[in-house]
Order: sequence, then structure tokens, then C-alpha cells
Amino acid sequence: MTIADAAPRIARGELRSEKLAEECLAKIETLNPKLNAFITVLAYQALVDARKADREIAAGRYLGPLHGIPVSLKDLVDLAGSPTTAASLVRRDHRATKDAVVTARLRAAGAIFVGKTNLHEFAFGTTSEDSGFGLARNPVDPERSPGGSSGGSAIAIATGMSLGTVGTDTGGSIRIPAAACGVVGLKPEWGEISASGVVPLSRQLDHVGPLAQTVTDAWLQYNAMRPSNKRWTSAIETAPIKGLRLATPAGYFFDRLDVDVERSVLGTIDRLRGAGVAVSEAAIPHARDMAAIYLHLVFGDAAEYHASTLDRRPQDYTPNVRLRLEMARCVLAEDYIRAMRGRALIAREVDRALDGVDALVLPALAIPAPPIGAATVPVKGGADAVRTLMLRCSQPFNLSGHPAISLPCGTTPAGLPIGLQLVGHKGATPALVQAALAVERAIANAG
Amino acid sequence: MTVAEWLAMATADAARRGLPDLVPALEGLARATEALRAADWNDDADGETPVDDEESA
Repeated sequence: MTIADAAPRIARGELRSEKLAEECLAKIETLNPKLNAFITVLAYQALVDARKADREIAAGRYLGPLHGIPVSLKDLVDLAGSPTTAASLVRRDHRATKDAVVTARLRAAGAIFVGKTNLHEFAFGTTSEDSGFGLARNPVDPERSPGGSSGGSAIAIATGMSLGTVGTDTGGSIRIPAAACGVVGLKPEWGEISASGVVPLSRQLDHVGPLAQTVTDAWLQYNAMRPSNKRWTSAIETAPIKGLRLATPAGYFFDRLDVDVERSVLGTIDRLRGAGVAVSEAAIPHARDMAAIYLHLVFGDAAEYHASTLDRRPQDYTPNVRLRLEMARCVLAEDYIRAMRGRALIAREVDRALDGVDALVLPALAIPAPPIGAATVPVKGGADAVRTLMLRCSQPFNLSGHPAISLPCGTTPAGLPIGLQLVGHKGATPALVQAALAVERAIANAG
Repeated sequence: MTVAEWLAMATADAARRGLPDLVPALEGLARATEALRAADWNDDADGETPVDDEESA
């Protein structure tokens, strides 16, 4: 059941929030031992809050489409009274004293919090394998990664353990697991959703946003996460598919893809063209520099945040994340500044690529969910490192700050999900969502 | 400091601190730093005067 399905039934009193919460908690109880999507489950409090929501709604005090809806939070996001572990033993004794801004907004919208989801430790990785609370597993194939770092959040949505969830995205950490698990992930524009009360990886690249079963559900959560004076009060409408203008950034984004991802994404773009979408080519000339720019910025920022703790408690980090943080401390100031200049260049190039079109269209993830423990996987042109491949299509838009969304567009012959990414103009996340609604519908119609 | 000089220092420091697993990671970072410094948008102090891409005469 989606949020959009459940909300009107809850509003009319045909469906109780308590029943919905019980169903999610039952799925958590059944599936979590195998998939390890949740670090903390808030069964008692969720049911108390759901019963309260039912009473409020029955009394005529319906707050809107998230009222009574069970949601989860990536365990980087503060929820008053609960630990925010960041999937690290470094923070095992933490307890949040107040809600993060995004949590408070969802709470004010009536959402019911069922738990805190697993992730790659401190969001410093793309597979959700390095977690102080055990690795998370892909629900389609538990021998594969769910992607990361918001891996637990994507699993929760794909399996119905929660109907909505909050993720964070520094290099693709909403869009990568969304693509790997076959759900929708929306990274709004940088700064649009407050990151106050969220454990940082890189404050200049961190984005907060929703994962959901559908684009509509992502919108409903995104809208509730925004400041109250920026929320839409009416339902969002789908953009007309005919006349939609998309551009494919050629070259870099398509030259190191898994063969099934390439087939699926190019096939989807062809079908969109057949449905009346105008598809052109765009250039991001310095795309090849992006990985190096990203690495130096994230390393510099992570080193600053972790330095003191790393000195005092190195043994409490998982070995791989500790190693990456030790390496991060070796970035020189001149290279960090060089990367900051490169970042500004990339942002200008993405703006230019968007000139005259509604959105860019490209893969969300260059490969399907990789096997757990794999260091490299085969792609067109030879094997490459999993981490490099997983970030390749998403990290540019963290550098540039543009809004981007991943939505399912097919599967491999083995049934592994594949994600299509749309990237929109700054200041126009709602327009991007409207385009994504049209693309989602066109994919379903072609299906 | 050249990337080679930086890598030699960082590798020696990793060995001193008993972190031999760090060395291959540092070599990877060194390759990324080489790429960053080789990018065509970098300035040289003895080269062209920098101009703002956003502005023109």
C-alpha cells in the first residue's frame, strides 16, 4: 500500500493508523532478522502515536496526507528520546534530546515513527556493508547489497516495513539504494530541506530527502519536509509527457555501464521519445574530473568532523571506515581548495546542460546491486571498483546542488532493479517531480 | 609539495603508526590528486591571469 492509497482512507476513517502501524511492525518482525534494515524499532511508541492519530482524525482534526502514516528515519537523523547511532559503535551511547528539523516537520504532519534504519557507517560508503550493527541486505537478493548509504531506508520501503522514510544523500546515498532496491529516491536541491539535527558527512554536499514506493509518495513526504511557508496546499499535477524536453548528458555517464543497465536506460529513453518526449544531447565537459573533485571535498569535510573521535576511539569504527577516515586526514589544503574551484565549475556546466530543457535524463546507478563483498564488478570496457561505479552517475549533482530523482525503469534478467535519474533546475524541485510523475506513468504504460 | 613527495610522507607516517592497510588506499588517493591537479581548469601563478567565467567584458 502506498501513502497516496492509504491517506484518503485514513482521512475517511476507513483505515486506522493503528492497523497500518501493526502491519509495518509485523513486517519488521518477520523480515528484519534477515535483511537488517532497522537498527532501532519503536514498536510501543509507534502504536501509542498511531492510536492517538486515530483519535485525532476521528475528532475531525486531520492534518493531511501523512497523518497516521508509518515512516522510518535513517539513523543519522535525530528523533527525540532515541539513539542516533549513525550505524557506528562510536555513537552507541547517544540519545537525541530533540528532533531534527526534518523529524519535527514530519511529526507536525502527523507521521508515525516506526524506527531508525541501518546505513553505511556515518554514511561514508555506498553499500551499507560497513555498519557497527551488521550489514544490510538487498530484499530482491539477500546476497547482494541494498546500496547505500541509506540502505536500510530503501529496504524498508521496498518491503513495506514503512510507507515513507527519510534518507540523506552526499554522493548518491538516496538515489543509489533507491535504484538498487527498486524504489523512488528524491534528492531535493542542496539546502532546501534543513540538515539541522542530522549527523553530517560533508555539510556542503549533504542533502536530506525522501525515499518512497512512488513519485507521488516521495512528493507527499518532500512537501511535508519543507518549511511551512513553502509547502504546496493543493495536489501536485503530472506534467504533460508530450512536449517534455529531456537531455542526455553524453559520454562519461554512459561509457562505463553494466550492459543490462545500459539496455534498460536507453530502451526507456527510446520509449519516452516514442511517447512524445523531445530528447536531445547535452554536454558536461568536465564530467571526468568530478570523481577527484568529490573525493577531496568529502574527505576534507569528513576528516574535520571525525578527527577528535578518531584520535580517541579508532577501534570503535568499522575497519574500512576507519581506514577511509585515516586516509581522509591526509588531504592537503591546496587540493581541497582546488576541489572547491572545480565544484563551482561543475555547477555552471550542469546549469548550461539544462539550458532549454526541463531535465537531464541518465542512469541513477551504473550497475545493479553488487554482490556483498565484491570489490570490482564487470562493466562495459572492463571491470571497475564497486565504489567508483556506484557514485559515478549521482555524485555530480551533489557537487552542483541540483535536484535529482531516481525512479525504477526495469530489471536485469535476474530481476535486479535498475534506476533512471532525472536532474532538474535549481529552484524548481516541484517541476522536476512533475516531470518524474509523467515519466513514471509513461514507463508504467509501456510496461 | 608534489604528489610523489606527499605520498612518500603519508606512507612513512602510516608505517610509523602501524597502519600498513592504509598504504594501498593512499596510493588510490594519490592517483585522484594527480587527476585533480592535472585538470585543465587549474591556474598557474606564472600563466594567464585568472578571469571569472561568469563575467565577460
